[in-house]
Amino acid sequence: MDLATFLVQCLNAVQYGLLLFLVASGLTLIFGIMGVINLAHGSFYMLGAYLAFALAPWFGDWFFTRLAVGIALAVVFGYLLEWAFFSFLYERDHLQQVLLTYALILVFEELRSLLVGNDVHGVAAPEWLAGSFRLGGLMSYPWYRVFASVACLVVALALYGVVNRTRLGMMIRAGASNRDMVRGLGVDIRRLYRIVFAGGVALAALAGMIAAPLSSVYPGMGGSVLIICFVVVVIGGIGSITGALVASLLVGFVDTFGKVFFAEWSGVSVYVLMAIVLVWRPEGLMKRGF
Amino acid sequence: MASDDAVASAEVRAEVGALPDIGRREAGGWKVPVLAALAVAALPALISPYAQDVVIRIAIYAIFALSLELIVGATGLVSLGHAAFLGIGAYVTVLASGDSGASLLVLVPLAIGAAAAYALVVGALSLRTRGVYFIMVTLAFAQMAYFVFHDTKLGGGSDGIFLDVKPTLQLAGRTLVDLADHAHLYYAVVIALVATYGLIALLLASRFGHALAGIRVNEQRMRAAGFSTTPYKLAAFVIAGALAGLAGLLIAVKDGTVNPELLAWHESGAVLLMLIFGGIGSLRGAVIGAVAFTLLKELAQSEALLGPLAPHWQLTLGLAIIAFVAALPRGLIGLGARLRSAFARPEVAAHG
Amino acid sequence: MAESSSSIAIAAERGVPLLQAIGLGRRFRGLAAVDQVSLDLHVGEIHAVIGTNGAGKSTLINLLSGELEPSAGSVRFAGHDVTRWPQPRRARAGLGRSYQRTTIFAEFSVLENCRLAAQASEPRPWHVWQRAARDADGLATARQVLAAAGLDGEAGRIAATLSHGAKRQLEIAMCLATAPRALLLDEPLAGMGAEETGRMLALLAALKPTHAILLVEHDMDAVFQVADRITVMVDGQVIASDTPERIRNDRAVQVAYLGDGAPTLAADAAALTPEGARPGLGRPSAQPGQHE
Repeated sequence: MDLATFLVQCLNAVQYGLLLFLVASGLTLIFGIMGVINLAHGSFYMLGAYLAFALAPWFGDWFFTRLAVGIALAVVFGYLLEWAFFSFLYERDHLQQVLLTYALILVFEELRSLLVGNDVHGVAAPEWLAGSFRLGGLMSYPWYRVFASVACLVVALALYGVVNRTRLGMMIRAGASNRDMVRGLGVDIRRLYRIVFAGGVALAALAGMIAAPLSSVYPGMGGSVLIICFVVVVIGGIGSITGALVASLLVGFVDTFGKVFFAEWSGVSVYVLMAIVLVWRPEGLMKRGF
Repeated sequence: MASDDAVASAEVRAEVGALPDIGRREAGGWKVPVLAALAVAALPALISPYAQDVVIRIAIYAIFALSLELIVGATGLVSLGHAAFLGIGAYVTVLASGDSGASLLVLVPLAIGAAAAYALVVGALSLRTRGVYFIMVTLAFAQMAYFVFHDTKLGGGSDGIFLDVKPTLQLAGRTLVDLADHAHLYYAVVIALVATYGLIALLLASRFGHALAGIRVNEQRMRAAGFSTTPYKLAAFVIAGALAGLAGLLIAVKDGTVNPELLAWHESGAVLLMLIFGGIGSLRGAVIGAVAFTLLKELAQSEALLGPLAPHWQLTLGLAIIAFVAALPRGLIGLGARLRSAFARPEVAAHG
Repeated sequence: MAESSSSIAIAAERGVPLLQAIGLGRRFRGLAAVDQVSLDLHVGEIHAVIGTNGAGKSTLINLLSGELEPSAGSVRFAGHDVTRWPQPRRARAGLGRSYQRTTIFAEFSVLENCRLAAQASEPRPWHVWQRAARDADGLATARQVLAAAGLDGEAGRIAATLSHGAKRQLEIAMCLATAPRALLLDEPLAGMGAEETGRMLALLAALKPTHAILLVEHDMDAVFQVADRITVMVDGQVIASDTPERIRNDRAVQVAYLGDGAPTLAADAAALTPEGARPGLGRPSAQPGQHE
């Protein structure tokens, strides 16, 4: 492998990892703070991708507007979903949560099928991000992928900022370690949960919108990203944003280079990584916390 | 005083729902399962071959559900990757049959053994985690197996492989059992179901089974008493995997083909749903759940009943699941228990 | 198992401590919950550990039982270094414990609770063919310990329907079902009424000659009534370890409980009651209707 190819693969790995981080951070936050395992989280990613497809004809080249509208819609959707459905899950045991959110996936898949059909769609990258730049004289790297990585990085930093530097973040961190205590301190725990949930949905949807031009929009995309995110959360530790970041990047690299080196066995490389982590550090790479 | 105790006990029983047989018997004891088995065995005389096919399918899924009951209901471990063992049993059956078929004497141990081996590895690694982690890890390992059969040359790719010649059992040159024969397959499946039910019932009534129940109810106390709990959990996990492998063999024989979707997480979700439909913690519940889920899926897909909604059966199914789990968390068996205690109480009061 | 019973017998004879904590320490992210704690437990003695809330008593019990790994120090039981032994192994060797929060099998019958606990000590606890209901040895042991704990009338009841005090008795019964030689009891009297406390103390007194008992308790009256030795912990460290009389008069202990202005002589045990503990019992009068 020459240097140019190696660099390209590294960039791909980082881009994939960061995108995964967006989805996984939502999942780990929702789990860490509300204690709910949500199988439907992949559906929010799919929602974002289909939103990008659906909104494209309306907003044309107004890319950032499109993103903003998508995020807004996702937040509203998340808020409503938490209020109507998820708030009833907090009291139930894990098995019931698994099954109820699994049923939700079925409902979402079918609603998507009814609204936009089952076809695979392409979404074009915005004009000003199309094309590539030269890397090492022989390889070229698409601008859009760079944008995707940068965008995810910006969001990651913003997330870090919110969680560690704001009052909301403080409540989130407190809620993650001691739910009852936070409630006792008079924080409106219901609203906090709703905000966190909507945030998680928005993060996943944003990831979907950003990923749409890269991976196209297809029916099964929610399921595949979900299970990889589970692996990320297991490796990184539940409730840990830093852990999710480290694990996402790790998974990104293992998956990308696995495809290069292991051909048809590449699909299992991520799970082998998980198995190794389980042998070495079953509680996840980071101890619980942020 | 005594009737108060009985009422209190009945209340607790109704509260906690159906439980494995720990000093309590399910209504009717042994008679109900035996009668049910006899009824099923007698069915071919009364119903069409198509209906028999449905019964075979339900029975195989009942075996699958019973195997999962051993870890979810009895031991309290929620596994979301159980379909992997079904799929491995199925694939091994087809792969080992090759072009000319193979004997059941070879295929049964092979299918069960392969599934058990993977269960040993997955179990040993997954049991290093707890709670939600365990759920996610078991799902991930099932997905890993899915990719092995989907992507690599081991399986036939996403199309799967055909079973060219169905298994037979030959002794001294005579063919005793030929699973290509519909009647043979029917009875083989019924026998397998009865054997599985009986085996698990025996296990649960044994010391090992009671230890599993103890682990489910209060693992901390079990450890304090001196039980090294991990080997027990692992043993249950492996046995469950082995039995799922048996179900896999049967499904491969019945369908005549295998494909990677057998290991998909939708399949793992479906078998969990069967358990919750029937009621966790009850062997009869597992069987009832398999029946209920299969029928529900058929109903949702039935054009005759639902017309234009039929192609969108996932929506119907999804909504039905939500309604069911929300309204009946203890499943159909729990509903039965609630009704029974509602009728029992006036009786007790009369005695008091 | 045979080996450890003879070690236990030897320990009993020679006056060698059955259970020893040697320089035990445990840190949680920089905070020392337990620091340099050493402690001996002999057969035929009741050794009480007292201290204010947060003193590290529960952590100490968890370190001794094997549920927590120490950051420093070691634990010896019946002559073996058991520091690396997981809890089940220590339990099988004869180290039993009861919990502060009732840890029973709520769904099972009282009899089954004890039988299952006893099953762990049987030769083949994992047996897949032998029906648990025919476990003659286990059932016999279960009935024995239930009788000892005063619960023989309740054998058929579902444990969840027991009164709080009865549940605490069941907790002790299950602890005994494993035939331990050393008992670690974490606040066994918590929430008990006068009559039940008396019964429990009588049980402990009956067990004392053949067992080594470590008792963490807040009920000062009971402690001073039964303990042969008292260890006082404050902020994870042992500040005193001696006979009850000397502890009563120990200046450091008084300061720890009552502050610097404490009188130099405190003859009344009740004066040493730490904040939040129940008022002393065991004296006549008090509240007749007090159950759980």
